[in-house]
Amino acid sequence: MQHFAGYFVGVWGAIPAWAQYLLFTFGKILAIAVPVILSVAYLTYAERKVIGYMQSRIGPNRVGFRGLLQPFADVIKLMMKEVVLPTNANRYLFLIAPTLSMMPAIAAWVVIPFFPNGAAANVNAGLLLILALTSLGVYGIIISGWASNSKYAFLGAMRAAAQMVAYEIAMGFAIVGVLMAAQTLNLSGIIQHQSGAFWHWYFIPLAPLVVVYFVSAVAETNRLPFDMAEGESEIVAGFHVEYSGMAFAVFFLAEYANMILVSALAAIMFFGGWLSPFEGIPYIGAPSAGWLFLKMGILLFLMLWFRATFPRYRYDQIMRLGWKVFIPVTLVWIFVEGAFLIVHLPPWFS
Amino acid sequence: MVQLNSELIMLKLRLKEWINSFLLLELLKGMGVTGRYFFKSKITIQYPEEQTPKSPRYRGLHALRRYPNGEERCIACKLCEVVCPALAITIDSERREDGTRRTKRYDIDLFKCIYCGFCEEACPVDSIVETRITEFHFEERGQQLMTKDKLIAIGDRYEKMIAADKAADSSYR
Repeated sequence: MQHFAGYFVGVWGAIPAWAQYLLFTFGKILAIAVPVILSVAYLTYAERKVIGYMQSRIGPNRVGFRGLLQPFADVIKLMMKEVVLPTNANRYLFLIAPTLSMMPAIAAWVVIPFFPNGAAANVNAGLLLILALTSLGVYGIIISGWASNSKYAFLGAMRAAAQMVAYEIAMGFAIVGVLMAAQTLNLSGIIQHQSGAFWHWYFIPLAPLVVVYFVSAVAETNRLPFDMAEGESEIVAGFHVEYSGMAFAVFFLAEYANMILVSALAAIMFFGGWLSPFEGIPYIGAPSAGWLFLKMGILLFLMLWFRATFPRYRYDQIMRLGWKVFIPVTLVWIFVEGAFLIVHLPPWFS
Repeated sequence: MVQLNSELIMLKLRLKEWINSFLLLELLKGMGVTGRYFFKSKITIQYPEEQTPKSPRYRGLHALRRYPNGEERCIACKLCEVVCPALAITIDSERREDGTRRTKRYDIDLFKCIYCGFCEEACPVDSIVETRITEFHFEERGQQLMTKDKLIAIGDRYEKMIAADKAADSSYR
């Protein structure tokens, strides 16, 4: 055993420093991207199971034990299928669009801290980076709608753009509330500011912002009941009507990776990330990645629950909710929070 | 005074509506419904392993029956051919050596058949029946034409089941 370890240390030492750095970074990327993609696969499975259960069905159960291999069957099927390029579509943009929506959904994970000091890159302005990257995601949708040369795809893209603009503002204001409370843009810092048992977390003083953030997050990821961009009953499948095979699968992957990302963000900003709800009690009070994953799981289940419950909002209703309800609510609450800050309301702002 | 009162009521109603929509009460109610169904028992029938029960009157694949002594029941009266609304049945009759009237040809085109069960009802000797068999398929053109041999073979093979179904339904006929 010792001998082997020595051997590996020797090999590692023999690599030049720049290559060591490159390998280490590459390893970190793999260690994040592969689990994200795997959890996307199982999120689709969970979605089909949960929605099935809520509709008195049992969902996929044929491939593997209780259908556990279903995601892999789906992926293999999609990889076998032909990627159809529509005539008169802009080939270059058409094929680059799925990548454009996938890239930010995975890249944003780099600043998520999974456990204390457990982020791939401990960026000072982590939250800003995430905001910037997730806003890039809409370009994938708009470009796909444009490049497909199809009116339905184009309509879907226009809707997605309008929706993104409306909800990005509300979401931004909700995040401003968190920034005011934590006084930092660093995600680990935000979590550390919430330390203490669960009544120290920000979801209590920022309750309206939690709701606004989470609903806007659902809208941002184009999930039901805000899936105007897809709008199955009106515009077939919206921006990805013309996509098939792997090109479609990448869009699908991006949507679900975004879902996991926004729930991770919500868990970090409002529910204390890797902090334990029972801090102070020995053993179960210790911070760990498990708590973060548990919180993310609960939020993801909520998203699936929404999908199983609500019918799609009408376009004008979505706009009304975004502009006339959420933005005023967040503005008002930012002032209320300012008052909290001035009086140093314990235990959150002291 | 009355007007003021009604205005107050209107205001109260609007306030109530506003609070209701702001606290998302109706959405939570909806989620409560789906949440309850999440834990309810599921109604899925796992088809090839499990099947829903079928009535003895079920109108599936056709069969021609025989008497217990082995004699075929059909006497070529052609009532089924006449009653068939889809004109799916074609019958040619002949005089057998023993002098009885029998079918030379008894074809049912299953693509024309609408499985109405009139043939079964019209038959005076309970010869043509529709069984509870639903799992059949055709792989080549022409296989949908059920000839007399095929129909009698089905009848021979499932006679027990057919007789049981007929007995179960007899008190209603």
